[in-house]
Amino acid sequence: MGSRGDWKKLLPTALPGAAWLVAFMLLPSLFVFYASFLQRGANGWISGPLTLSNYLRFLGLDGESFDPLYLKILWRSLLLGGVTTAVVVLLGYPFAFFIALSKRKNLLLLLVVLPFWTNFLIRVYAWIVIFQRRGVLNAFLASVGFNPLHLYPSWTAVYVATVYTYLPFLILPLYASVEKIDWTLLEAAYDLGAGRLRGFFHAILPQTIAGLVSGVMLVFIPAVGTFVISDLLGAGKTVLIGNVIQQQFGSSRDWAFGSAAAFVLMAVVLLGLWIYARWAGEKGLEDLL
Amino acid sequence: MEQHKLFKGKRARTPRGEVVVEVSGVRKRFDGGTQALDGVTLQVMAGEFFSLLGPSGCGKTTLLRILAGFENPDEGVVRINGQDMRSVPPYRRPLNLVFQNYALFPHMNVYDNIAFGLRMKRLPASEIGSRISWVLDLVDIAGLEKRRPDELSGGQKQRVALARALVNEPDVLLLDEPLGALDYKLRKQLQVELMNLQEELGLTFIYVTHDQEEALVMSDRLAVMRHGKIEQLDFPEAVYERPTTRFVAQFLGASNLIPAAALDESRTTTPLGDLAVKEALAPGRRYTLSIRPEKLRLHRTRPPRANVVPVRVDDIIYTGAENQYLLDAGPLELIAYTLNADIQEPGFEEFDYDENVFAELPPENLVAIDG
Repeated sequence: MGSRGDWKKLLPTALPGAAWLVAFMLLPSLFVFYASFLQRGANGWISGPLTLSNYLRFLGLDGESFDPLYLKILWRSLLLGGVTTAVVVLLGYPFAFFIALSKRKNLLLLLVVLPFWTNFLIRVYAWIVIFQRRGVLNAFLASVGFNPLHLYPSWTAVYVATVYTYLPFLILPLYASVEKIDWTLLEAAYDLGAGRLRGFFHAILPQTIAGLVSGVMLVFIPAVGTFVISDLLGAGKTVLIGNVIQQQFGSSRDWAFGSAAAFVLMAVVLLGLWIYARWAGEKGLEDLL
Repeated sequence: MEQHKLFKGKRARTPRGEVVVEVSGVRKRFDGGTQALDGVTLQVMAGEFFSLLGPSGCGKTTLLRILAGFENPDEGVVRINGQDMRSVPPYRRPLNLVFQNYALFPHMNVYDNIAFGLRMKRLPASEIGSRISWVLDLVDIAGLEKRRPDELSGGQKQRVALARALVNEPDVLLLDEPLGALDYKLRKQLQVELMNLQEELGLTFIYVTHDQEEALVMSDRLAVMRHGKIEQLDFPEAVYERPTTRFVAQFLGASNLIPAAALDESRTTTPLGDLAVKEALAPGRRYTLSIRPEKLRLHRTRPPRANVVPVRVDDIIYTGAENQYLLDAGPLELIAYTLNADIQEPGFEEFDYDENVFAELPPENLVAIDG
């Protein structure tokens, strides 16, 4: 897409998508950003004057003493996102290779995509059926002579369900990279004296970075903002930043504070991704991203 | 050309003329059931330019991959410098491979690609630097260090791939059709450069190619392979002048093949009449006589010599340097090449379509192949 002529030719194809993004992404975001500096109005709407109080409240600086309630919730969400991403990478990375090298690629890919054929909420409810006191898991444990586990509601359940939910989002883009791997590069690395481990890190991993990076983003961003999983499997006892934002726009009717919380979350996630991209760039991988 | 210090010590380790690579009785069958190698035995001497030549599927690349350690033979032994390679992984073998499609690391620049092998050996950075500047000069790519592989031309990639292998000072350099992807002119130029390089370094090259001309031009010795077997292993001149199988006679250049039966030790009967040969034949045995098109001589008037066959000019193909005549010799078609030298002397004359002429098959140029 070097010359200006190309740009003009591409304009008609880019226009519908761009218009969509401006109308339903950029303008609402600007509105939310504006709203985060307003206050809760009389009938649960928003009204002026402009203020920083929503952000101060989120940072715990609005009261007499420092109260990191929301910062703790944000931290919990980032931890959930980070741990989920790490576990998903550990499970999904080898699995993407397993699919790509298998003779039954299509069947395995179908199995990865199969959960999407069922509604997301139903899949989360299914975890309740598994984890609840008289659920499937405890019935199994009882049958082999173990004591029941109290996993519903719990953080463990939230973590398990989050990993389960986002695993395919890592496997699919990664698989696309793994399938295109030029394996002669591994042979070249062996030929030049690299053992198995160094062969993998120098010849194979760099070829999968593009898929890994997009997979990590597809997992981390929604995992940090999740609220349905913690709502259902934590039964309201596991509060995440997603739950806070949802409450402000729902039952609490404080759109201004909800907007501020949403923007803090967005800023933190973007900052994280920016650092991540910088790191990947330093590794000499920028043009693979 | 200047001898380089780095490889001088190398040469002492495997003195010229000694066996570096020894392959004996190697067989390899792939999962699909194809017999890729069917009992291959050969020896490569130190400092030799050795080629494996054959059509695709003949097993030459499989043999190279077995030498490199990427495949294991089902049967047979590979020794390098006398050491059995059976349990030696690719990364511990004293050889390097130049891959067919170069296999340069796309995420590394030229310098890092070349440095890769030295870094794997954990050499100090100063040594890496001096070796690389030597090899950059050697293959004439100084100044390209910061480029990425996708910013290089085909010829430049080829040089980088060569440098990446050479910088490790291998005992043997394996090359898998390294010039296959390049255009004709560049290929010719790099052939000469590779030969000079090999001679200068005194390094052993094992070169896989399907290009018979390339193999003839470059090799000290070559093995012609077919169906996983070696058909003939000899010097280029011997393989071309004295093919021992019909396949070799046809795969290297063109040949006129004439079925024959020996009448006595030096005379045969053929569909073209009786032909004399300069070989000791077994009377009664069946042979195929082979003669190269350029060895066949055409005359307007019958020369007073043996092995003259009347023919009619069927077709003339002008290829620039030579004229190729397709000749109707009755039961057989013959083909003859004459040099396009504008000399009106016997052997250089030009003939017309449908002209009746005489083809002379000199006995010393007729090669008798068994069967």
